[in-house]
Amino acid sequence: MTPGRLDRALLGVALLLIVYGMLTLYSAGQTDVVTDAEGVWTRQFVWIGVGLVAGFAAFKTSFRFIEWLAPAAYVLGILLLVAVLFIGTGAGTAAGTKSWLAIGGMRIGQPAEFAKLVTVLMLARHLSSLKEPPRTLRDLWPSGLIIGLPFLLVMAQPDLGSALVFVGIFFAMLFWAGVRPRLLFMVVSPAVSLIAAAATWSWLVWIVLVVALMVVWRPYIWESVAVIGLNFATGVGALVLWNRLAVYQQNRLISFLNPEADPRGAGYHLIQSKTAIGSGGWFGAGYTDGPQKRLAFLPEQHTDFVFSVVGEELGFVGVLIALLLFLSLFLILVRVARRAADPFSSLVVFGILGLWITHVFENVGMTVNLMPITGIPLPFFSYGGSFFIICSICLGLALRASWDARLAGYTDI
Amino acid sequence: MNGFDSYQLRQRATAARLLLSFVFIVLIGAFFRTQILQHDRYQLRAETNRLRPIPLEPPRGPILDRKGEIIAENLPGFAIKLFAPSRDSLRAVLERFSAVVPIDSADREDIAERWATARYQPVLVLGDASFATMSRVEEHRPVLPGLIIQSEPKRFYPQGRAVAHLVGYVGEVNERDLENDRYPGAVAGSIVGKAGLERSYDSVVRGETGVRYVEVNARGRLVRDDVPTGRLPPVQGAPLQTTIDLDLQRFIDSIWPPGVRGAMIAMTPKGEIRALYSAPSYDPNLFVGGISSRDWRGLNEDENKPLLNRAINGGYPPASPFKLATAAMGLKRGLVGMRTRMPLPCTGGYQLGNRYFRCWKKEGHGNLDLMGAVAQSCDVYFYQLGLRIGLANMLEDGVSMGFSGRSGVDLPSEWASFYPGTLEYFDDRYGPRNWSAPATTLNFSIGQGENTQTLMNMVQFYAAMAGDGVEVAPYVVAQRDATQHSLGLNEEQLLGLRRSLIEVVQAGTAAASRQRALSMGGKTGTAQNAHGADHGWFIGFAPADHPVLVVGSIMEAAEHGSWVAPYVAQALSRYVLGPDTSGVRPYLPLTPTVRDSAPRAIETTDSGPRPIPPATPDSSSIQPVPPR
Repeated sequence: MTPGRLDRALLGVALLLIVYGMLTLYSAGQTDVVTDAEGVWTRQFVWIGVGLVAGFAAFKTSFRFIEWLAPAAYVLGILLLVAVLFIGTGAGTAAGTKSWLAIGGMRIGQPAEFAKLVTVLMLARHLSSLKEPPRTLRDLWPSGLIIGLPFLLVMAQPDLGSALVFVGIFFAMLFWAGVRPRLLFMVVSPAVSLIAAAATWSWLVWIVLVVALMVVWRPYIWESVAVIGLNFATGVGALVLWNRLAVYQQNRLISFLNPEADPRGAGYHLIQSKTAIGSGGWFGAGYTDGPQKRLAFLPEQHTDFVFSVVGEELGFVGVLIALLLFLSLFLILVRVARRAADPFSSLVVFGILGLWITHVFENVGMTVNLMPITGIPLPFFSYGGSFFIICSICLGLALRASWDARLAGYTDI
Repeated sequence: MNGFDSYQLRQRATAARLLLSFVFIVLIGAFFRTQILQHDRYQLRAETNRLRPIPLEPPRGPILDRKGEIIAENLPGFAIKLFAPSRDSLRAVLERFSAVVPIDSADREDIAERWATARYQPVLVLGDASFATMSRVEEHRPVLPGLIIQSEPKRFYPQGRAVAHLVGYVGEVNERDLENDRYPGAVAGSIVGKAGLERSYDSVVRGETGVRYVEVNARGRLVRDDVPTGRLPPVQGAPLQTTIDLDLQRFIDSIWPPGVRGAMIAMTPKGEIRALYSAPSYDPNLFVGGISSRDWRGLNEDENKPLLNRAINGGYPPASPFKLATAAMGLKRGLVGMRTRMPLPCTGGYQLGNRYFRCWKKEGHGNLDLMGAVAQSCDVYFYQLGLRIGLANMLEDGVSMGFSGRSGVDLPSEWASFYPGTLEYFDDRYGPRNWSAPATTLNFSIGQGENTQTLMNMVQFYAAMAGDGVEVAPYVVAQRDATQHSLGLNEEQLLGLRRSLIEVVQAGTAAASRQRALSMGGKTGTAQNAHGADHGWFIGFAPADHPVLVVGSIMEAAEHGSWVAPYVAQALSRYVLGPDTSGVRPYLPLTPTVRDSAPRAIETTDSGPRPIPPATPDSSSIQPVPPR
């Protein structure tokens, strides 16, 4: 390896995000009231240290070895997800769920984060082994199985936020593998039908649209029947499903649609978050000086709502800088995936992109009511060990993919 | 794998870049909307989150007498309040507070109760802390979280007990009053008038509440109490000019016989109240800054009911002073003149059917004209006059002269005097066959029976007689009620009635109260009291030829009106002649020379039911309004 082959842009943007995240995490602990966030930034240093080691190890590992290791890692990930259902414990705001693995009372991590990474690896291995990109619904079933298994296990915890990440990974990687958008549409349509079922008129419009597209696109007859049938099934099943959701999940969805419905209960977090962000204005209240955060009106300011601290203290300008850093990171990942030396590493990089974009969009989106509240961390910002380590490994893999591409002679990367 | 050639990847990468850009534009747009477009809304919301308004009490307007002397003013004071996130935390802080300034546990509970009515407001702990107390509390600030010390003007009544029932008292507005909007413009914690002038003219003297802000955290704990934003200074209330003569008011307080319950009112013939006194009195300064529960219990449980304003809230049988009303009815209807004699001379009683109605004088008054009958308070004369007028007419005239209902004085919660309007009242109450119109007539003609008047109503009637024969609503600041009651008498008839009242003092039942330097007129009375010794009345005016002041008084358990008369006489001479003349020396109560004992329709052979006195002739059944 010769110097100059390191992707400085990728590493630079990632380091900027890590620094930005650390500064925000430090500020989150600066309150006038004792909160959980006090001093977490010092502990985060430990995780950054561990993360750097893990990331460097990933960077040093050959993609061929990773490809070889993927099935075993995937099986391990699934086993951990199964194990957590039986011996898992809750933590923090999600005390009622089983998302943590603990040994002797000490929480050692969230298997869901690990599962996200190994699912990316496994799906990349599967897709890169195909001769042709999947063309029909039938071709998609192994991919669906690889994603569906961890998806359902995570849903069973229940952890809706993480489950959505698997969906994000799934569509990102299928798209990158060359699956035609209309096939993706057919896959995604039952989910849309589920949401559209909230109102009868919107669901009818949707069904008419789906049927019309099936007529226009003319896929296999059985595909059309399956897609239309599934749309009907999910539309009708929406009510059943809704009733099966836990009360707190229902409340989150209701307060997403109307935060003022219960301002002291389910809507409280959202209202306080928007208040903090909205009061920030152009330039914010000043670093560490956000009154809503200082006086503890802002909940979970070091984990789920860490981005609200940026909004309150650094204003729209601070938000813009953070979002542009994320966008730069993702655009660089697109470039790395495009120039990757082989389909496997390319798919891994794009899967990582799918993982991160889902996290960013969900987390940042929920702070301004663009997405329902799901307890999902923001990469490089939120306090937490497992997720930061996974992110570091992802970063190491992406750097390695870029390195390999330059070694292979792609000079424009 | 197919599909990973350069061309296809470039296409997909472009699509991915577009998609990513779109996602971020959506995100950035959402933040732009929240942070820039809706900034004001969330800024306001953030401020309401963390800033709590603290009302700044305005100084109340001073209350002045007619010469500008001060009845109520303000002194600099300190209010000590506590901000508390929860009841338990308030209790804990109060516990520590008690170690600095003792507060007994009942008062601490009281404070906790008041906190519960407005949880987001600081609760008043000490309303009139001295500078020394304030400094001591200030030293302990570190162990007293949520402490707020505000310099707040406190009410002061320099005349204390002498003006209590007139001026009333102040207190913190309660939740019920706020709900009913009884004090427009008041907010939780506002100091409002609870009784007397402070209550009637609260909207004038209260002023406008100011505001300042303190910063609290999400748990409701006080973080900073000197936030400069949005400060609005309070506006002092307007001064209240009254018709009161403070010298007279004080004088009445100084001559009032100790331990005697009763009231005295001084009024001009035009209805301007110069003095209003009720005994026993209390110190209105006790209420400033919140009365302690011990003091409140003391005032409330005292069997003498010091909080009761006997001048306007005590109902008494009007007794002999009402004979002037009977006389006025007779004169108005042209049935008698001042020199008219009745068919039967007074021989000590009057035979009505099988019942014998006595005159107070056993040996009888002989043959009297109206002038003499008033002077001697002869019952037999008025029995006959009453029968001549007729009961229905007496009821009608009594109502038109304003004996039914309130005088309309501009003081709060006046008791409505009771006087039946029609004969149906008796039918309804006793059944048509169970009462006798002539017997009732005799009772009414001498001010007994179902007739209960406040001192204010009676003084109002005498003021009309002393003036131009028209009753106007009495007032301390401004006439509130435009209703007038004409006695229907001409100048000559009024003069005749006044002469007869002068006779009372010159030769009649109150002869002993004659003041050498001042000629006056007036009427004694003795009101029957079912619960003990009879109450004494005296209502008089001076100077006799051209009255400028009417003074009326009732003293409970005084046995007789002549016992009351000297006090009224002193008050009149004090006002008319000024403080330098007689009357300054303490006046010894007189032994009644004559006994104007209330007539009783006693007849052993009478088996018919006797009229029952109305339900509330006695003040003991009237409850004062609690201050909170």
